[in-house]
Amino acid sequence: MPRLSVLLVRSALCYLAIGLLAGAVLLASRGVFLGAWVGRLLPIHIEFLLMGWTVQLALGVAFWVLPRFRTGPERGRVELAWLAYGLLNLGVLAAAIGQAAALPPAVSVLGRAAEALAAAAFSLHAWPRVKMFGTPK
Amino acid sequence: MPALTRWFIKAAMLYLVAALALSVVMQSALAGQLPLLRALWPTYLHLLVVGWLTQLIFGVAFWMFPKYSSASPRGHDALGWACFVLLNLGLLLRAVAEPLQAVGRPHAPLLIASAVAQLLAGWGFVANTWPRVKER
Repeated sequence: MPRLSVLLVRSALCYLAIGLLAGAVLLASRGVFLGAWVGRLLPIHIEFLLMGWTVQLALGVAFWVLPRFRTGPERGRVELAWLAYGLLNLGVLAAAIGQAAALPPAVSVLGRAAEALAAAAFSLHAWPRVKMFGTPK
Repeated sequence: MPALTRWFIKAAMLYLVAALALSVVMQSALAGQLPLLRALWPTYLHLLVVGWLTQLIFGVAFWMFPKYSSASPRGHDALGWACFVLLNLGLLLRAVAEPLQAVGRPHAPLLIASAVAQLLAGWGFVANTWPRVKER
Protein backbone atom coordinates (compact mmCIF):
# COMPACT_ATOMS: atom_id res chain seq x y z
CA MET A 1 0.00 0.00 0.00
CA PRO A 2 1.55 3.38 -0.99
CA ARG A 3 2.31 5.99 1.67
CA LEU A 4 -0.56 8.29 0.68
CA SER A 5 -3.05 5.42 0.93
CA VAL A 6 -1.70 4.58 4.38
CA LEU A 7 -2.26 8.19 5.46
CA LEU A 8 -5.72 8.39 3.90
CA VAL A 9 -6.90 5.08 5.39
CA ARG A 10 -5.41 5.72 8.83
CA SER A 11 -6.93 9.21 8.89
CA ALA A 12 -10.24 7.62 7.91
CA LEU A 13 -9.92 5.16 10.82
CA CYS A 14 -9.32 8.07 13.22
CA TYR A 15 -12.45 9.82 11.97
CA LEU A 16 -14.38 6.55 12.34
CA ALA A 17 -13.29 6.19 15.97
CA ILE A 18 -14.18 9.79 16.88
CA GLY A 19 -17.34 9.94 14.76
CA LEU A 20 -18.67 6.77 16.38
CA LEU A 21 -17.91 8.16 19.84
CA ALA A 22 -19.94 11.28 19.00
CA GLY A 23 -22.75 9.07 17.68
CA ALA A 24 -22.73 6.86 20.76
CA VAL A 25 -23.02 9.89 23.06
CA LEU A 26 -25.86 11.26 20.91
CA LEU A 27 -27.72 7.93 21.01
CA ALA A 28 -27.20 7.44 24.73
CA SER A 29 -28.41 10.99 25.38
CA ARG A 30 -31.80 10.01 24.00
CA GLY A 31 -32.14 7.74 27.01
CA VAL A 32 -30.37 9.82 29.63
CA PHE A 33 -30.15 13.61 29.63
CA LEU A 34 -26.48 14.49 29.37
CA GLY A 35 -26.83 18.23 28.78
CA ALA A 36 -27.69 20.59 25.95
CA TRP A 37 -24.10 20.49 24.69
CA VAL A 38 -24.67 17.00 23.28
CA GLY A 39 -26.61 18.44 20.34
CA ARG A 40 -23.40 20.10 19.17
CA LEU A 41 -21.94 16.68 18.48
CA LEU A 42 -24.33 16.05 15.59
CA PRO A 43 -22.34 17.95 12.91
CA ILE A 44 -19.16 16.23 14.12
CA HIS A 45 -20.89 12.82 13.93
CA ILE A 46 -22.18 13.44 10.40
CA GLU A 47 -19.12 15.19 8.92
CA PHE A 48 -16.58 12.82 10.42
CA LEU A 49 -18.39 9.65 9.38
CA LEU A 50 -19.59 10.75 5.94
CA MET A 51 -16.59 12.70 4.66
CA GLY A 52 -13.80 11.86 7.09
CA TRP A 53 -14.44 8.11 7.18
CA THR A 54 -16.39 6.93 4.15
CA VAL A 55 -15.15 9.32 1.46
CA GLN A 56 -11.56 9.36 2.71
CA LEU A 57 -11.43 5.56 2.90
CA ALA A 58 -12.69 5.35 -0.68
CA LEU A 59 -9.99 7.79 -1.84
CA GLY A 60 -7.30 5.84 0.00
CA VAL A 61 -8.31 2.52 -1.50
CA ALA A 62 -8.76 4.05 -4.97
CA PHE A 63 -5.26 5.56 -4.89
CA TRP A 64 -3.95 2.12 -3.98
CA VAL A 65 -5.84 -0.15 -6.40
CA LEU A 66 -6.63 1.88 -9.54
CA PRO A 67 -4.61 0.80 -12.60
CA ARG A 68 -1.09 2.24 -12.82
CA PHE A 69 0.87 3.50 -15.83
CA ARG A 70 3.64 1.52 -17.52
CA THR A 71 5.61 4.62 -18.45
CA GLY A 72 6.33 7.72 -16.41
CA PRO A 73 5.18 8.03 -12.79
CA GLU A 74 3.25 4.84 -12.14
CA ARG A 75 0.39 6.59 -10.35
CA GLY A 76 0.37 9.70 -12.54
CA ARG A 77 -0.08 13.16 -11.01
CA VAL A 78 0.40 12.18 -7.40
CA GLU A 79 0.65 15.79 -6.23
CA LEU A 80 -3.05 16.23 -6.99
CA ALA A 81 -3.91 13.30 -4.71
CA TRP A 82 -1.74 14.76 -1.93
CA LEU A 83 -3.51 18.09 -2.41
CA ALA A 84 -6.84 16.27 -2.10
CA TYR A 85 -5.69 14.67 1.16
CA GLY A 86 -4.76 18.04 2.67
CA LEU A 87 -7.88 19.84 1.47
CA LEU A 88 -10.23 17.05 2.53
CA ASN A 89 -8.95 16.95 6.09
CA LEU A 90 -8.86 20.72 6.37
CA GLY A 91 -12.40 20.80 5.03
CA VAL A 92 -13.77 18.11 7.35
CA LEU A 93 -12.31 19.78 10.43
CA ALA A 94 -13.46 23.27 9.42
CA ALA A 95 -16.98 22.15 8.48
CA ALA A 96 -17.44 20.02 11.60
CA ILE A 97 -15.89 22.32 14.18
CA GLY A 98 -17.31 25.41 12.51
CA GLN A 99 -20.84 24.09 13.04
CA ALA A 100 -20.26 22.41 16.40
CA ALA A 101 -18.60 25.45 17.96
CA ALA A 102 -21.05 27.87 16.30
CA LEU A 103 -18.18 29.73 14.63
CA PRO A 104 -19.00 32.30 11.93
CA PRO A 105 -20.75 30.54 9.01
CA ALA A 106 -17.83 31.42 6.74
CA VAL A 107 -15.74 28.75 8.50
CA SER A 108 -18.03 25.88 7.60
CA VAL A 109 -18.58 27.31 4.11
CA LEU A 110 -14.82 27.37 3.58
CA GLY A 111 -14.67 23.84 4.95
CA ARG A 112 -17.22 22.63 2.43
CA ALA A 113 -15.37 24.50 -0.33
CA ALA A 114 -12.15 22.72 0.67
CA GLU A 115 -13.98 19.37 0.52
CA ALA A 116 -15.30 20.20 -2.96
CA LEU A 117 -11.82 21.21 -4.14
CA ALA A 118 -10.45 17.98 -2.67
CA ALA A 119 -12.98 16.02 -4.71
CA ALA A 120 -11.99 17.93 -7.85
CA ALA A 121 -8.26 17.44 -7.23
CA PHE A 122 -8.64 13.72 -6.61
CA SER A 123 -10.87 13.30 -9.66
CA LEU A 124 -8.26 15.04 -11.82
CA HIS A 125 -5.66 12.66 -10.44
CA ALA A 126 -7.74 9.51 -10.84
CA TRP A 127 -9.44 10.26 -14.16
CA PRO A 128 -6.64 8.95 -16.43
CA ARG A 129 -6.15 5.92 -14.13
CA VAL A 130 -9.69 4.73 -14.78
CA LYS A 131 -8.71 2.58 -17.75
CA MET A 132 -8.29 -1.02 -18.76
CA PHE A 133 -5.49 -2.87 -16.99
CA GLY A 134 -2.45 -3.20 -19.23
CA THR A 135 -3.14 -0.21 -21.49
CA PRO A 136 -0.12 2.15 -21.61
CA LYS A 137 -1.97 5.45 -21.03
CA MET B 1 -13.11 -15.10 1.06
CA PRO B 2 -12.83 -15.70 4.83
CA ALA B 3 -15.89 -16.83 6.81
CA LEU B 4 -16.08 -13.54 8.74
CA THR B 5 -16.19 -11.56 5.50
CA ARG B 6 -19.03 -13.74 4.24
CA TRP B 7 -20.98 -13.07 7.44
CA PHE B 8 -20.33 -9.33 7.22
CA ILE B 9 -21.38 -9.10 3.57
CA LYS B 10 -24.46 -11.30 3.91
CA ALA B 11 -25.59 -9.40 7.01
CA ALA B 12 -24.96 -6.14 5.10
CA MET B 13 -27.22 -7.33 2.29
CA LEU B 14 -29.97 -8.20 4.77
CA TYR B 15 -29.75 -4.69 6.27
CA LEU B 16 -29.91 -3.16 2.79
CA VAL B 17 -33.12 -5.03 2.04
CA ALA B 18 -34.56 -4.25 5.50
CA ALA B 19 -33.69 -0.56 5.28
CA LEU B 20 -35.18 -0.15 1.83
CA ALA B 21 -38.30 -2.08 2.84
CA LEU B 22 -38.65 0.25 5.83
CA SER B 23 -38.27 3.24 3.52
CA VAL B 24 -41.15 1.96 1.38
CA VAL B 25 -43.39 1.76 4.45
CA MET B 26 -42.24 5.21 5.63
CA GLN B 27 -43.11 6.73 2.24
CA SER B 28 -46.46 4.96 1.91
CA ALA B 29 -49.90 6.24 2.81
CA LEU B 30 -49.59 4.23 6.01
CA ALA B 31 -47.16 6.86 7.34
CA GLY B 32 -50.02 9.39 7.32
CA GLN B 33 -52.03 7.20 9.66
CA LEU B 34 -49.14 6.08 11.86
CA PRO B 35 -46.93 9.04 12.86
CA LEU B 36 -44.64 6.47 14.51
CA LEU B 37 -43.36 5.57 11.07
CA ARG B 38 -42.07 9.10 10.49
CA ALA B 39 -40.09 8.85 13.72
CA LEU B 40 -38.18 5.91 12.30
CA TRP B 41 -36.07 8.10 9.99
CA PRO B 42 -32.90 7.76 12.16
CA THR B 43 -33.42 3.99 12.36
CA TYR B 44 -33.73 3.76 8.58
CA LEU B 45 -30.65 5.93 8.07
CA HIS B 46 -28.51 3.86 10.45
CA LEU B 47 -29.69 0.53 9.06
CA LEU B 48 -28.54 1.80 5.67
CA VAL B 49 -25.30 3.56 6.61
CA VAL B 50 -24.10 1.34 9.46
CA GLY B 51 -25.87 -1.95 8.70
CA TRP B 52 -25.21 -1.90 4.96
CA LEU B 53 -22.39 0.47 4.06
CA THR B 54 -20.12 0.28 7.11
CA GLN B 55 -20.63 -3.45 7.53
CA LEU B 56 -19.80 -4.05 3.88
CA ILE B 57 -16.62 -1.98 4.28
CA PHE B 58 -15.66 -3.92 7.43
CA GLY B 59 -16.11 -7.23 5.63
CA VAL B 60 -14.18 -6.27 2.51
CA ALA B 61 -11.38 -4.58 4.49
CA PHE B 62 -10.98 -7.68 6.67
CA TRP B 63 -10.58 -9.70 3.49
CA MET B 64 -8.53 -7.45 1.20
CA PHE B 65 -6.25 -5.27 3.31
CA PRO B 66 -2.54 -6.14 3.52
CA LYS B 67 -1.70 -9.11 5.72
CA TYR B 68 -0.91 -8.51 9.38
CA SER B 69 1.64 -11.35 9.41
CA SER B 70 2.09 -14.71 7.77
CA ALA B 71 0.94 -16.45 10.97
CA SER B 72 -2.11 -14.19 11.46
CA PRO B 73 -2.81 -12.71 8.03
CA ARG B 74 -5.99 -10.94 9.09
CA GLY B 75 -4.97 -9.81 12.54
CA HIS B 76 -6.93 -11.06 15.51
CA ASP B 77 -9.80 -13.17 14.22
CA ALA B 78 -11.54 -13.20 17.62
CA LEU B 79 -11.58 -9.40 17.64
CA GLY B 80 -13.03 -9.44 14.14
CA TRP B 81 -15.84 -11.75 15.23
CA ALA B 82 -16.46 -9.62 18.33
CA CYS B 83 -16.85 -6.59 16.02
CA PHE B 84 -19.38 -8.47 13.93
CA VAL B 85 -21.46 -9.54 16.92
CA LEU B 86 -21.30 -6.14 18.65
CA LEU B 87 -22.14 -4.17 15.53
CA ASN B 88 -25.19 -6.27 14.77
CA LEU B 89 -26.29 -6.47 18.39
CA GLY B 90 -26.02 -2.69 18.65
CA LEU B 91 -28.00 -2.13 15.48
CA LEU B 92 -30.74 -4.57 16.44
CA LEU B 93 -31.05 -2.98 19.90
CA ARG B 94 -31.38 0.39 18.21
CA ALA B 95 -34.04 -0.96 15.87
CA VAL B 96 -36.03 -1.98 18.95
CA ALA B 97 -35.29 0.99 21.20
CA GLU B 98 -36.08 3.79 18.73
CA PRO B 99 -39.63 2.60 17.90
CA LEU B 100 -40.25 2.11 21.64
CA GLN B 101 -39.16 5.69 22.25
CA ALA B 102 -41.34 6.91 19.38
CA VAL B 103 -44.44 5.40 21.01
CA GLY B 104 -43.61 7.11 24.29
CA ARG B 105 -41.90 4.23 26.02
CA PRO B 106 -38.26 5.29 26.15
CA HIS B 107 -35.94 2.54 27.26
CA ALA B 108 -32.66 4.11 28.38
CA PRO B 109 -30.78 0.84 29.06
CA LEU B 110 -31.47 -0.41 25.52
CA LEU B 111 -30.34 2.86 23.95
CA ILE B 112 -27.17 2.95 26.04
CA ALA B 113 -26.40 -0.72 25.36
CA SER B 114 -26.88 -0.08 21.63
CA ALA B 115 -24.58 2.95 21.74
CA VAL B 116 -21.86 1.09 23.65
CA ALA B 117 -22.06 -2.02 21.45
CA GLN B 118 -21.72 -0.06 18.21
CA LEU B 119 -18.91 2.05 19.63
CA LEU B 120 -16.95 -1.01 20.77
CA ALA B 121 -17.51 -2.68 17.39
CA GLY B 122 -16.08 0.35 15.58
CA TRP B 123 -13.14 0.72 17.92
CA GLY B 124 -12.44 -2.99 17.66
CA PHE B 125 -12.38 -2.69 13.88
CA VAL B 126 -9.98 0.26 14.10
CA ALA B 127 -7.69 -1.64 16.48
CA ASN B 128 -7.66 -4.74 14.28
CA THR B 129 -7.24 -2.86 11.00
CA TRP B 130 -4.69 -0.21 12.02
CA PRO B 131 -1.60 -2.48 11.94
CA ARG B 132 -2.66 -3.89 8.57
CA VAL B 133 -2.61 -0.43 6.97
CA LYS B 134 1.08 -0.25 6.15
CA GLU B 135 3.50 0.49 3.37
CA ARG B 136 4.82 -2.47 1.44
